[in-house]
Amino acid sequence: MTKPTIATCSLAGCFGCHMSLLDIDERIVDLVQLVQFDRSPLTDIKHCSEQGVDIGLIEGALCNAENIHTLREFRRRCRILVAVGTCAISGGVPALRNRIPVEECLNEAYLQGQGIDQPQIPNDVELPLLMDKVYPVHEVVHIDYSLPGCPPPADAFWSLLTALLEGREPSLDYPLRRFD
Amino acid sequence: MQESEFSFELDGTDLPFEPGQSIMEAATQAGVYIPHLCHHPDLRRNGSCKLCTVKVNGRFGSACALPAQAGCTVESNTSELQEMRRQIVQMLFVEGNHYCPFCEKSGNCQLQVVAYHVGMVDMHFPPFNTARQLDASHREMLLDRDRCIQCARCVRASQDLDKKNIFGLAGRGMNIRLVVNSDSGLLGDTDFSSADHAAQVCPTGALIRKDQAYPCPIGSRLYDTPISQHTIRQDARHD
Ligand code: SF4
Ligand code: FES
Repeated sequence: MTKPTIATCSLAGCFGCHMSLLDIDERIVDLVQLVQFDRSPLTDIKHCSEQGVDIGLIEGALCNAENIHTLREFRRRCRILVAVGTCAISGGVPALRNRIPVEECLNEAYLQGQGIDQPQIPNDVELPLLMDKVYPVHEVVHIDYSLPGCPPPADAFWSLLTALLEGREPSLDYPLRRFD
Repeated sequence: MQESEFSFELDGTDLPFEPGQSIMEAATQAGVYIPHLCHHPDLRRNGSCKLCTVKVNGRFGSACALPAQAGCTVESNTSELQEMRRQIVQMLFVEGNHYCPFCEKSGNCQLQVVAYHVGMVDMHFPPFNTARQLDASHREMLLDRDRCIQCARCVRASQDLDKKNIFGLAGRGMNIRLVVNSDSGLLGDTDFSSADHAAQVCPTGALIRKDQAYPCPIGSRLYDTPISQHTIRQDARHD
């Protein structure tokens, strides 16, 4: 029997959720016995395999056009998609800019901010366009499960993944269900 | 528990009550937690948040506002009601700007613990991202309207207990906002004090002391243990 596959992906986040996943410590050895890692910053595979993956973990919010493209592609390839962490679930810290017009944000960061040498707003075709606002992932694609926390505790990852792998409905114990 | 000639049934258990008590008061006295936000045991009834909605003889009603009646049957801890409460909390979260990861009140916040209690793990609705005014003009207290859920606890405490009438709610529907009773509209221009009752009753981090920051480490905060394991009477009085 082939092993179930897992992919992970980070959008506008800080990688804290990925760090917390790694924080399951030596259980990572058990995990790689149970699953095959597909696309992930941990494997450096950039796209999910054609045949898709069983479980996808998505970290981070949507702040630019590339994030949206990545999320849509990721959703298409994942049978179960889990929104991981506050940024993915509600926008989190990146969404702090949502009440400030994008132009004002750019002006402050690149034109008027302190200590800026050669003020100019970056404008290169290589750079993904900023969205008007930072969006949580559920505003763009269907999400199957959410793992709250900033980041979610390592044990929460373990609890969710083992439940999904054993075909059980995930349910987080109280200390694992937190928003901070 | 003292024998009482008056009793009603809450989730299958007989609860005694004294005439005039609300369902919430009778439940609290018996140590049973009914989720609530605008209710506070020291303040007059408000009945606005609807989080305490229960079914009384099959009909919806607010436990904090409805008087207990002898012989009535009340349902509270059912999946139907928990689901409705979960949606109310999700709406509160998307309507305001609640950044739990860096909020000083996190772990001691009643909005957050109610969300935990009703099993909320996501926002469900799209966030409003409404711009709300921050008021840092007061020496001791910060008013962060992003975190305000318009429960009117501070309004009632200031009017009834402090006799100062510093706060009010203005506007309607989703535009309702907490306002401050001074010419400038700023908290710093009132005689508000951190010793006021109104400074102790905010369920969220909206009205918060400036000098405390993060008062206790993660793990020893009030709601690091589930609210169902708290002594409910004390908890309802938590500020
Ligand atoms: S500041 Fe706090 S107590 Fe006052 S209305 Fe807002 S949430 Fe309620
Ligand atoms: S606690 Fe009863 S309506 Fe708010």
